[in-house]
Amino acid sequence: MDRPLSHSSFLPPLFSSAPHPLSPPHSVPHPSAAPSVNAAERPARWSPYQDNGGTVVALAGRDYAIVAADTRFSVSFSIPTREFTKITQLTDRVVLASAGMGADRQYLHKMLHTRLAMYRHQHQRDMSLPAAAQMLSNTLYSRRFFPIYAFNVLGGIDSATGEGFVYGYDAIGSHEQLKVVCSGSGQAIVQPVLDQQFSGRQRYSVPDAERAPSLTLEQATALVRDAFASATERDIHTGDALEMWQITAAGVRQTRYELRKD
Amino acid sequence: MHTTEPIVTGASVLGIQCVDGVVLGCDTLASYGSLARFQRVRRIVQPGADWVLGGGGEYSDLQEVARLLETMVTREYCQEDGVVRAPRAVHRYLARVMYQRRSRLDPLFNSLVLAGRGRFLGVVDMYGTAFESHVVATGFGSLLALPLLRKAWRPDMRMEEGAACVEHCLRVLFYRDCRALSSVQLARVPAEGAIEVSEPYELGELQWHVAQTVA
Repeated sequence: MDRPLSHSSFLPPLFSSAPHPLSPPHSVPHPSAAPSVNAAERPARWSPYQDNGGTVVALAGRDYAIVAADTRFSVSFSIPTREFTKITQLTDRVVLASAGMGADRQYLHKMLHTRLAMYRHQHQRDMSLPAAAQMLSNTLYSRRFFPIYAFNVLGGIDSATGEGFVYGYDAIGSHEQLKVVCSGSGQAIVQPVLDQQFSGRQRYSVPDAERAPSLTLEQATALVRDAFASATERDIHTGDALEMWQITAAGVRQTRYELRKD
Repeated sequence: MHTTEPIVTGASVLGIQCVDGVVLGCDTLASYGSLARFQRVRRIVQPGADWVLGGGGEYSDLQEVARLLETMVTREYCQEDGVVRAPRAVHRYLARVMYQRRSRLDPLFNSLVLAGRGRFLGVVDMYGTAFESHVVATGFGSLLALPLLRKAWRPDMRMEEGAACVEHCLRVLFYRDCRALSSVQLARVPAEGAIEVSEPYELGELQWHVAQTVA
């Protein structure tokens, strides 16, 4: 199970000139200064992108799926708000979490809700999990050459079998159906732990068939809480609070846990 | 012509949500680089009856946003049905405008703070990021004033206290932010009743005699 490719490789060089994170908000050159001929002296070109950090996780068992994200919204070293939700419920059985740029994910969520409403009006039923997963991919790919800077994980249960599945994405719509996935600023901290603990990698004594979905909903919930608590310790862009959506045949349930605020 | 860098700029805008309303504050300076060029400009505008807008960043873009909202309010008035957009709707509208402009790579170079009746307090930045919060600070204020506002904030805070808190933060900004001024403007937006936007006034109680002891 390879991770979706890292985001930086999809951004054309035009958009990669982020200002130095420590540059003060008032580093405006004197307006009367003559325009510099030397490219190195010119201020960095304005970028339409911003990384607002955050970590998102989705994992699925035999009869459940969990989608979780922290609520921190950061801009380099400051935290303009500690309550910025990254999760949106798409249907009774499908929940989406997005890390990346705040404005882009608000746009993406709005767009998806519109298209889901159009689907509901046309077909008189909610979109299935695979359909929603494909629609998300198409929506992202529609902006292939001006990417939506959002790193999505989608979780839900299959309406036919009741089995949980999650989908992992990159910024331009490449996706993969999985049992466990993590994206965002805490990805490198969280993903290996989930691979080992949830997918049972390297535990060769466990038969293949019993590995992936062996955790109960309660065990998986505790694992996700620990994963976020750990990511919060080391990743400055993750923290404040954890929002967790549990999706079962009975419906969705949202819970909130506090995380470190420093 | 696209704004790729701001020329005439306003600094921080602060906001705090209280039990009986919202208080918004900012100074009245529009800088030209490091020159304190225009010292009595209004960066808080009130196009509608139910909300006010405070803005930092490029001043000409702020005037454009204000003009846009005035047009919106005039259109509402011409409908003659008494229906007006709620503060939250205006906030969403602003977010979409800002996002559309950044997606055209022709951004409106501002951080905007919207305060409205019903204790509404929300921010929109030049990327179109929009959120509501009980304390808000933009620009240099997000580094210097936001922690102070967060520490001072209480759920049972009243507007007099909130105004004093915002004033204190503006004073701190004037001490440390070289693009800030001691001439400020405050807007009081009560949950119900008329909005009050103050005339520009001078911050009192400035203590420079301690300056020599500070690094």
